[in-house]
Amino acid sequence: MKRLWHEFIKGIFSENPIFFIVLGLCPTLAVSTSVNNAVGMGLAATFVLVCSNVIISAIRRLVPDKIRIPCYIVVIAAFVVIVEMVMKAYAPALNRALGVYVPLIVVNCIILGRAEAFASKNPVLPSLADGLGMGLGFTLALLIISAIRETLGNGTLAGLSISHRFEPALVLSLAPGALLILGLLMGVIKWARSLRS
Amino acid sequence: MGKIFAIIISNLLINNYILFRFMGLCPFLGVSKQTKPAFSMGLAVIFVLLLSGAMTWAAYNYVLLPFRIDYMRTVVFILVIAASVQFIEMVILKMSPALYRALGIYLPLITTNCIVLGVTVINTEDFFAGGKAITGSFGYSVLQVFCAGVGFLFVLMLMSGIRERLELADIPESMEGLPIAFIIASIMSLAFMGFVGMRI
Amino acid sequence: MADKFFVAHAPHMRKNESIAGIMWRVNLALIPSGLVALFIFGPSALWVVLSSVLAAAGTEALIQKARGQKVTVCDGSAFMTGLLLAYNLPAHCPLWVAAVGSIFAIAIAKQAFGGLGRNIFNPALAGRAFLMAAWPKYMTTFTKPFVYDAVTQATPLSLIKEGKASGVVDLGLSYWDLLIGNRGGALGEVCILALLLGGVYLLYKGIISWHTPVSYVATVAVFMWAFGSPDGFGRGDALFQVLSGGLVLGAFFMATDYVTSPVTKKGQVIFGVCCGLLTGVIRRWGGYPEGVCYSILIMNAAAPLIDRFVQKRRYGASR
Repeated sequence: MKRLWHEFIKGIFSENPIFFIVLGLCPTLAVSTSVNNAVGMGLAATFVLVCSNVIISAIRRLVPDKIRIPCYIVVIAAFVVIVEMVMKAYAPALNRALGVYVPLIVVNCIILGRAEAFASKNPVLPSLADGLGMGLGFTLALLIISAIRETLGNGTLAGLSISHRFEPALVLSLAPGALLILGLLMGVIKWARSLRS
Repeated sequence: MGKIFAIIISNLLINNYILFRFMGLCPFLGVSKQTKPAFSMGLAVIFVLLLSGAMTWAAYNYVLLPFRIDYMRTVVFILVIAASVQFIEMVILKMSPALYRALGIYLPLITTNCIVLGVTVINTEDFFAGGKAITGSFGYSVLQVFCAGVGFLFVLMLMSGIRERLELADIPESMEGLPIAFIIASIMSLAFMGFVGMRI
Repeated sequence: MADKFFVAHAPHMRKNESIAGIMWRVNLALIPSGLVALFIFGPSALWVVLSSVLAAAGTEALIQKARGQKVTVCDGSAFMTGLLLAYNLPAHCPLWVAAVGSIFAIAIAKQAFGGLGRNIFNPALAGRAFLMAAWPKYMTTFTKPFVYDAVTQATPLSLIKEGKASGVVDLGLSYWDLLIGNRGGALGEVCILALLLGGVYLLYKGIISWHTPVSYVATVAVFMWAFGSPDGFGRGDALFQVLSGGLVLGAFFMATDYVTSPVTKKGQVIFGVCCGLLTGVIRRWGGYPEGVCYSILIMNAAAPLIDRFVQKRRYGASR
């Protein structure tokens, strides 16, 4: 039990995929314009991550070593297709907002990275915990970035207006703002870490 | 003619895949420390984009659409891309071992470079309407992947030049490495915003 | 001091000029334009300049203190950034906008890269591009000259871009108006005579060389003469294009920045010509009426590559 908890919690903090391992940047930057989009993307990626981790871990002894990467990609792509179809049917607005970044979950390096680094070497239960932790860590990072960008760039938080006296800096909801916020956040985290050690 | 210019400008500048759509960020950050490998990487990406752009178009038009299995787009495309990366790797090895040595380590990485899957998926949305290819669809698709690749190479080269120069600068410790790279990308993106709304 | 022994690429400058000396001379060269702006747009121009300069100097001092470095506000470089940024703003823009622009310019575009001499992009221009994307409303509302009140008037370039006028006569202006600054525009860019006065002083003192400004302005002139008019090739008004917008300010004071432009003369000419081409393309076909800021920023990004490819050849070595 303790081990499962450890595998779960490390993805959220000490090995957060975005802030510390720096994987999966493309969706992070692209969909973090609003909290709603960010949470939608985070949960979709978490679903794919958990499912693919479980399946890959279950079939890890059956897959020949040489073609393991293509096999993993097919497993991941299959789950992405499921997400695409479900999203199209039940959350068409979210699907439109996320656009091309939904199919791009396939090439989100976090998912293939966890398959290769963890699920292919560990039993099913720890892989599930690892996938869940990494997925929620990814969602948390997205949430932080999108909260900053939506508040400062659009003057709203999760769609609700904050104050009509505040004049939002449009740039933060555009591409340069995404890169700037991520760069500064990483700088701050690096600085905080250097203080601790 | 207008559409061709629009595709070129949009892919190279206004909607540059790295700076505005964030596709291909991993190699952009990983391989941009020096100019030479950056150039090789850019070339490799252009090769892969051209081949997989053409192949995914064919797969979409001749297989996925006629059999009404276009929901399998993501799975089929990623396989086609993986296959074209393999194919290009073998061809380059046969034709020019020198080029292979230069590109070799970067080629397998391109499969998971989101720019390739991203542009090919965008192609199916831009140049297909109502389940059919629009006139000139294939030509537009190839042009789009080519311009996306050139835009990638262009920004990657700029970035590598800048990072080579920064090697010796006294950057604040917590900004070193990735944080400063993101800030450079951010200012480049601000600069490229000058092309927003461009029309010829 | 990690880079105490840093030696730049050859050729090395051999001058007895100190950094502070150069910076304050550039600031001096910028003064006439500011004085004229005060006269043209009234006291609000002064407040914008003050707010921008104070924010720039304050940010620089604060960051240097926090990093435990020597505070070098007196070398005039932060002052120059603040001044140049203010010159790129409308005279009636809110003071907090000017201050935020300066903070971005110094903190992000300069100090994050390690401070003076290490920045890749011209800080003032980065600040302007940031403001332009953040609060476009304030950045594109220009006021009428000689009214001293917030009576708005579009710039000549934006009137032409919107198709509301096609030449100087339509605009109700003469070339003389453009030279003395009787037009809408950013506060420091309007009076071409004052800017030229400063530019000539810098050239005379040898602080800037003619290569970048001349190649930049000439390229814009030729490009806009050739392609500038929708009527066809060679019907554009080159003189009007040179005198309007921020071209003279950009070419003499921002494209010539030592740190962010190429080192060699040949590199500087390439730099100027490319800036000119980009400016022309944006003015003619882009969404914004003016492209000086963006073209210099893009070429700032390309400057390290230009340096690398222009000066690498050794004397006598074959290509």
